[in-house]
Amino acid sequence: MTLTLFFFYLFSAVLIPSAVMVVASRNPVHSVLFLILAFFNAAGLFLIAGAEFLAMVLVIVYVGAVAVLFLFVVMMLDIDFAKMRKGILQYMPIGAFIGIILFLELVLVAGSWIMLPEIASSSAMPIDNSISNTKALGQVLYTRYVFLFQGAGIILLIAMIGAIVLTLHHKPNVKRQDIADQVARDPKKAVEVVKVKSGEGLQ
Amino acid sequence: MEFIVSALDYLLGIPFLGWGENVGFIYKGLLLLVALLIFIAFILLADRKIWAAVQMRRGPNVVGPLGLFQSFADLLKFVFKEPTIPASSDKFLFLLAPFITVMLALAAWAVIPLDYGLALADINVGILYILAISSLSVYGIIIGGWASNSKYPFLSALRSAAQMVSYEVSIGFVIVTVLLLVGSLNLTDIVIAQSEMGLAYMLGVPWMNFLNWFWLPLFPMFVIFFISLLAETNRPPFDLPEAESELVAGFMVEYGSTPYMMYMLGEYVSIVLMCALTVILFMGGWAAPLEIAPFTWVPGMVWFILKVGMVFFMVSIVKAFVPRYRYDQLMRLGWKVFLPISIFMIFVVALVLQLTGWGWNGGLA
Repeated sequence: MTLTLFFFYLFSAVLIPSAVMVVASRNPVHSVLFLILAFFNAAGLFLIAGAEFLAMVLVIVYVGAVAVLFLFVVMMLDIDFAKMRKGILQYMPIGAFIGIILFLELVLVAGSWIMLPEIASSSAMPIDNSISNTKALGQVLYTRYVFLFQGAGIILLIAMIGAIVLTLHHKPNVKRQDIADQVARDPKKAVEVVKVKSGEGLQ
Repeated sequence: MEFIVSALDYLLGIPFLGWGENVGFIYKGLLLLVALLIFIAFILLADRKIWAAVQMRRGPNVVGPLGLFQSFADLLKFVFKEPTIPASSDKFLFLLAPFITVMLALAAWAVIPLDYGLALADINVGILYILAISSLSVYGIIIGGWASNSKYPFLSALRSAAQMVSYEVSIGFVIVTVLLLVGSLNLTDIVIAQSEMGLAYMLGVPWMNFLNWFWLPLFPMFVIFFISLLAETNRPPFDLPEAESELVAGFMVEYGSTPYMMYMLGEYVSIVLMCALTVILFMGGWAAPLEIAPFTWVPGMVWFILKVGMVFFMVSIVKAFVPRYRYDQLMRLGWKVFLPISIFMIFVVALVLQLTGWGWNGGLA
């Protein structure tokens, strides 16, 4: 138990400063890298909480795929920092105003949120400690919540198709390689072997 | 402060001094690390020797008998050279990137079982851990390419980002088919499952263990996994991030000396890791190919190392005789060929398991 405490403090001590640095760092690439560090340590905290599947999926999906694409985009942006900082004083009041409102809302929600004792005692899915975390999640996801799960999947699929349709421009005059076409070509039809007499050439 | 003492004990405890209860985790880790690095040194030499043999050269043959100590000589050479850091680079990230590559490649070895019960950490989600760690290895390349602040490394970083993310998808799906058969994410379970069911049992010759392994029932996935392995580790014919004829050396252009060596080391460690993963998923891990007398005398770890060597031989020979892919061909192969095939195979495997009830302890069906 004490060992988990040690790691809890370790992960937290890295997580919070790196989360702050995501916002505070001057270089956007550094921001994304700090975001990745934050994700990574959050995964460590998940592990300590016993949610091993969530921890691994957080790393695979967010760090391994989403953040790579973030980094991909941010690296290619050509950002002029001097220009970006020019209007900062002008926009500061409105930004601070929105920030304060969001913070107050958070405080109100967190402060006034209580859980009925009846709900806590009769939660829908009691935790079974005899099977592993991954198996338990799978058993719930694919039985009780299968329609919701598949529904979420279909929504994501439609979003993906939408993004592709919006960005795909099929230019008609571009030469494309069709591998099947190339493989199916018959050498007898493609090449003509001609016997040429010396000194005469082809007509 | 008690928890700090207990953490130190867990990491550094020595049983015969009576200080802790178990052997410190760091010592086991160090033992694995040293063994792995020596193995890598000879794997590197083997790679060069095989490549040379295909081209009818002799390969490295000067340092030590048959050139056996070439890798150690190279190590000394790299370490004693002066590291150059480009003036306009992001210096911290520039030096961090090779470390990330090496550290991630080595970290994944923590869950690899070399023999029954011989894994540093035999965790329940072993295979997910390996997927997670190997999906991070792209950062070593991207950060190095960006921090160099130079054209070719940057191009290479972009290429590798797209390449590694695409092939991870098909690797993930191949692993899913294996998991369907086994019903567990634990690597030890995956190996044991391969010796407890399969074609040899159906034919009534359970001692022909190699027929039980998953390479046979999942042969298409085995091929896809092998090719994706090459793409994931940037091996030829998919070594586009470092294509020396177009990008000089890709993300490693600005690197020299020890940082360069760390990149090379990380690359080879992850290649051997992927070979080990192939052995665990498809070739029965530490199990002997025939369950009869002379074969079962050999310890499991020896079989494991032999099998890893065999897969590495295939990886190495591909480098020698397959020409490099063009970038659009690489993307086509990943997204238009492997992805549909592997998704289709998941449905086929799941259907067969559901209908027949095969699979280890019923598998996931």
